[in-house]
Amino acid sequence: MAADYSTSVIAVRGYRIRLMRGGAGDPLVYLHGASGASWLPFLHTLSKHFDVIAPEHPGFGESETPDWLDNIHDLAYFYLDLLDELKLAGAHLVGNSLGGWIAAELAVRSTRWLASLTLCDAAGIHVAGVKQMDTFLCTDAQRLRDFFYDPKKAEAMIARVLSPEQEDVALKNRTIVAKLVWQPRDQDPHLHKWLHRIDVPTLLVWGDTDRLFPKEHALAYEKAIPGAKLVIIPQCGHVPQIEQPDAFVDALESFIGAQRRQRKTA
Amino acid sequence: MKFFNFHLMPYAHADLAAIADNGSAWVTYSNSHYHPEKGAELYHDYLDQMEFADQLGFDGVCLNEHHQTAYGLMPIPGVIAGALSRSVKRAKIAILGRALPLTNNPLNIAEEYAMLDNITQGRLIAGFVRGIGAEYHASGVNPAESQERFAEAHDLIVRAWTEPGPFAYESKHYQFRYVNTWPRPYQTPHPPIWIPSQGSASTIRWAAKMRYTYAQTLSPIAAVARFFQLYRDEAEKAGYEASPDQLAWSNTIYVGETDKKAVREAKPHLEALVNYFLKMPTEMLLPPGYTDAASMKRVRAVKVTGKTQSLEELMASGVVIVGGPETVREKLAEYQDLAGFNTSLTKTQFGTLPNEMARANMTAIAEEILPAFREREPRPAPKQAAE
Repeated sequence: MAADYSTSVIAVRGYRIRLMRGGAGDPLVYLHGASGASWLPFLHTLSKHFDVIAPEHPGFGESETPDWLDNIHDLAYFYLDLLDELKLAGAHLVGNSLGGWIAAELAVRSTRWLASLTLCDAAGIHVAGVKQMDTFLCTDAQRLRDFFYDPKKAEAMIARVLSPEQEDVALKNRTIVAKLVWQPRDQDPHLHKWLHRIDVPTLLVWGDTDRLFPKEHALAYEKAIPGAKLVIIPQCGHVPQIEQPDAFVDALESFIGAQRRQRKTA
Repeated sequence: MKFFNFHLMPYAHADLAAIADNGSAWVTYSNSHYHPEKGAELYHDYLDQMEFADQLGFDGVCLNEHHQTAYGLMPIPGVIAGALSRSVKRAKIAILGRALPLTNNPLNIAEEYAMLDNITQGRLIAGFVRGIGAEYHASGVNPAESQERFAEAHDLIVRAWTEPGPFAYESKHYQFRYVNTWPRPYQTPHPPIWIPSQGSASTIRWAAKMRYTYAQTLSPIAAVARFFQLYRDEAEKAGYEASPDQLAWSNTIYVGETDKKAVREAKPHLEALVNYFLKMPTEMLLPPGYTDAASMKRVRAVKVTGKTQSLEELMASGVVIVGGPETVREKLAEYQDLAGFNTSLTKTQFGTLPNEMARANMTAIAEEILPAFREREPRPAPKQAAE
């Protein structure tokens, strides 16, 4: 089967990143989480209806690590630069976990290019009294077990054998993730103050049993972002786009479809 | 050779089975296992041991900093150094060291060390470390910023000690409108700076360049010899010949009446140190970003943190020296010549070793070992003609 996406290296203000792109339709920008960038089956499904743009964040995998990269704000500004550069008017911005945090930080700064925002099990905010797993004080295997609702799916991920190159990428990704999220852990204590600025239709998709950012986080985002719509996916942990890809794509496409219909009737 | 009595001040009453259950004595081993009355008694025993070391003729006493652990009860080593600064009359007091990146105000370290240097009238040795990986879990400080913060904090502290204040300081992690610390250090230009490390090449290179004394922590003697050779090579590149006085080996020595008795006596207590107090999962020891990718891969590959080691293995690889007086003298001389150091940082109490045994060990070392090494310098093996 021919690849349904292409990979290129693009430079944004001189900083090079790897970018995967496939499909046709309205632009949909997907910001990956801490484990890194790959063209997962759900992106293939989405590419049937969208022009899917999946960048690999600066500091991750084959993308360059700029000397200015210290925190999530830096990535939010970088992606605003990228949207400027690619002139992606009417983009649907989707982010999972760490990518969701970047998307939220980007959207409080500017929604100029955005048609909608989707946060999926996103990091970024603190919810008092909610117990969260420590992703840095467990083995890789334990982390995956905690990410999934279905232990069989976790075991299948654990059983994968990584090539030395993939091991190197995993190590690079872990290092930059620590730099970005270690303290305050997985959140910016100031973000919640500005979430009201998000003025595009917003979808929150959350795994019912997420142990990293439990659904109380989704409820807090729902309260803070005007008009946000929340979909909880049952039998699903921290990574709905991998554990329940059909339900995830359904939630996303029906949300975007409803927005389109609303715009037409308006 | 100079001898320092190095204390970790372990919580010797720790429940070893509970540590094993928890997987580590660090960070997650609940402090509900700490018994204040027993702990207070340990503090006094240990402080007495340090004063005893001074009386016995040790050249110095060593302290260090670790957090949230039964491995060592010195999260604030300055408190211990303060308690010793008037009762240890002659010996130097070495803090090996304060973990610079863990504090948000490195000037507090400049102040603390300067105070101790004044009170001891110039007997302070100022150790600077990054802290081990577990410290980054315990403190919340970002391990990926550890090297930057260390470099900046070091720069700031040395400037605070040597440049007339007030002056302003601006770096990425630290900003001060006024740097003007009182008191100034007693020693000129400042207390000797020592750099303990697990053997990071970049640290060794930097220490050699700065002419700081390098202290090698818990390692097999063959590795120690390689690290010290790297230091000498780097010194040569920097344009000078390193003296053996710039190299310190951190070890454990136990002297018994005979080899057999020494091994029997030391075994449970030293094995408690390495297999319980020191043990931690790789994720705890090496959080991402703490060290560069190459070192990370090397450590992961050898799985250093999981191994259980017997006393016999530790003796065979030259991590520790245990035996009757004659054996200990022979081994120490052999290791001194092999690695070329002139300072021994010696743990005389370790793990669960009770007070009386620790004091007997200190006495035996002072009487049987120290005199033979007082004037001894490393004697490198003559180079083979074929080389």
